[in-house]
Amino acid sequence: MATAQRLLMKGTEAIAEAAIRAGCRHFFGYPITPQNEIPEYMSKRLPQVGGVYLQAESEVSASNMLYGAGGSGVRVMTSSSSPGIALMAEGFSYLCGSEIPAVVVNIMRGGPGLGDIQPSQGDYAMCTKGFGHGDKHAIVLAPSTVQEAVDLMALAFDLADQYRNPCVVMGDGLIGQMMEPVTFPEAPVKVYDKPWAATGKPPTRKHNIINSLYLDPEELERHVYHLFEKYERMRADEQRHETFMLDDAPPVVICAYGTMARIAKTAIRELRKTGVKIGLFRPITAWPFPVEALSGVVQSTKVFLAVEMSMGQMIEDVRMVVGRDRPVKFFGRPGGVIPTVEEIIHQVKLLSN
Amino acid sequence: MNRIVIDEDRCKACGLCIPACNRDLLALAAKLNAKGYHPISIHDMDECTACAMCAIVCPEVTIFVYKQAKLKKAG
Amino acid sequence: MSEEQLIFKRSKALTDAYFHYCPGCTHGIAHRLIAEVIEEMDIQDKTIGVCPVGCSVLAYNYFDVDIHEASHGRAPAVATGIRRTLPQDRYVFTYQGDGDLASIGMAEIVHAANRGEKITVVFINNAIYGMTGGQMAPTTLPGMRTTTSPYGRDTALCGHPIRMCELLNTLVEPVFVARGAVTTPKYINRAKKLLRQAFELQHTGFTFVELLSTCPTGWGLTPENSVAWLERNMVPFFPLSVFREPAAMPAAATKYAPDLKVKDDAKA
Repeated sequence: MATAQRLLMKGTEAIAEAAIRAGCRHFFGYPITPQNEIPEYMSKRLPQVGGVYLQAESEVSASNMLYGAGGSGVRVMTSSSSPGIALMAEGFSYLCGSEIPAVVVNIMRGGPGLGDIQPSQGDYAMCTKGFGHGDKHAIVLAPSTVQEAVDLMALAFDLADQYRNPCVVMGDGLIGQMMEPVTFPEAPVKVYDKPWAATGKPPTRKHNIINSLYLDPEELERHVYHLFEKYERMRADEQRHETFMLDDAPPVVICAYGTMARIAKTAIRELRKTGVKIGLFRPITAWPFPVEALSGVVQSTKVFLAVEMSMGQMIEDVRMVVGRDRPVKFFGRPGGVIPTVEEIIHQVKLLSN
Repeated sequence: MNRIVIDEDRCKACGLCIPACNRDLLALAAKLNAKGYHPISIHDMDECTACAMCAIVCPEVTIFVYKQAKLKKAG
Repeated sequence: MSEEQLIFKRSKALTDAYFHYCPGCTHGIAHRLIAEVIEEMDIQDKTIGVCPVGCSVLAYNYFDVDIHEASHGRAPAVATGIRRTLPQDRYVFTYQGDGDLASIGMAEIVHAANRGEKITVVFINNAIYGMTGGQMAPTTLPGMRTTTSPYGRDTALCGHPIRMCELLNTLVEPVFVARGAVTTPKYINRAKKLLRQAFELQHTGFTFVELLSTCPTGWGLTPENSVAWLERNMVPFFPLSVFREPAAMPAAATKYAPDLKVKDDAKA
């Protein structure tokens, strides 16, 4: 497949191909709708490129295979969906604690519990704040188009290696299941030196230990401070966002990410036609949340409207930035129901009363 | 001569080597080691046959065993 | 001066660190045997270990090889990740206790064995959860008192101990499944042979060595009485035997159906 081509691909398959193009040759996963095409695609493609596709007996096991494989210093990936991601939480915490690069893709579905298999954004809080135990963070990238998902996959592998930390790509069932034209980036795969990897101890060095156990509390404290130096660097350098129609500093600003941001854009275009001055603020990194960029918008804004496919989780990050300076309203629908353009337009009209 | 060397600070006085020595040469010493255990000690090195049973059963791998090489026959 | 030969020493595949195990706990012997096998096969620079959560959680300080600390029960999955990413000439082993392997990690061990992962699993069975203070484990014997079976394990409530070798022996892929013990000199030397066989066969398929081991603190016995207790109580329930080795593959291992040749249409 010539890379410069534009290809019409399903989100899940484009994400898998993007991982391979980013040098990932090892995938450990487990079937769960709506992300099944990622393992399916990997099981076909990886053997063609000398890679390994392995279907684990559970997401718990898959996350620990990821941990072991990442400890060998190669680019590794898993993908799952909401309940499966919850099962991977302990493994994810080990990845952070042992500083192991890995990419975890979450194609979110309706919850809680077994929920449903419709698109949802109900894992925002889990991915950005609660993905496993202990003080830790990970960069969480939220694509809103299939092309952006492809681009963010390449970025995720680089960020994982750069910061020696797992990185989450957080899509939803719609991004996973829809087909859009994509082109794959040409950039060569960056190679990172990994002297810490456990590849077999030559006599010339001490043995490498991949570990997150520090029974001495002061030692663990020092280790966590070290992790948080990394997270501060991530906060400083990795905040990413997009704005849409904010150039004329409109009084109404919708905050939305992923699929919801696309629907909001259509609503904004419709409203603009009727003379309503409105724009969109879209986080691309759900963590680190784009605090600087959003605070720059507060002054000129009268009211924020957070729109999510959940009962409102990103809104808490918005409120943390906006504080009491401006009202932050919410509109969202849980359970895998997708808010429509008309509903958003209706909500915006309610704001003006 | 046959002999054993005990890293006394490694010993935890578990006593497993005592019954293992079929010449009953081992006993806990009166003194204490760095960790506060009575380390094992051998009271008659000459009797040691270097059979290494004590070393084999020692969970701390703290006993080294030297066996006297048989004198080579001349010619 | 007559020459003397050093005939027993600490293996160089062991670090100098002091073991943290309780006095008389035979984990240390299992460590020694594995280290000696690694040294004698001259594979210290090619071996990667995986330690569990349990008493041997700190084993990464004792084996002088590259090594991972796995979460509780997941060592076979971690080892799978290692095995599938490193060159074929590497040796991968896991070191796990009975709570780790036969309870929380049961799915991981069964599926790693069933996939025929080319790793060696060393399973230390002392019929109790040691690190957490002596609770009942899947291998706790009927009637055996622990801190969570204070009236003795009641098989009507929580079933019988699980025999891991026999269980894994029903699978097709494993190439070596054996149970030994690390208490008496005879058993210890025999256990080393089993470990050596397992490591030697590792590149041909999944190898598993269960080693009965003592827990004086958890059992509430002296080290010496623990050795006797194991002999009298554990060995009868967990027979010491080689259940499977290449020379004698039992019926369970014979492939049931000829390997289906799936027409690979992807070749187009």
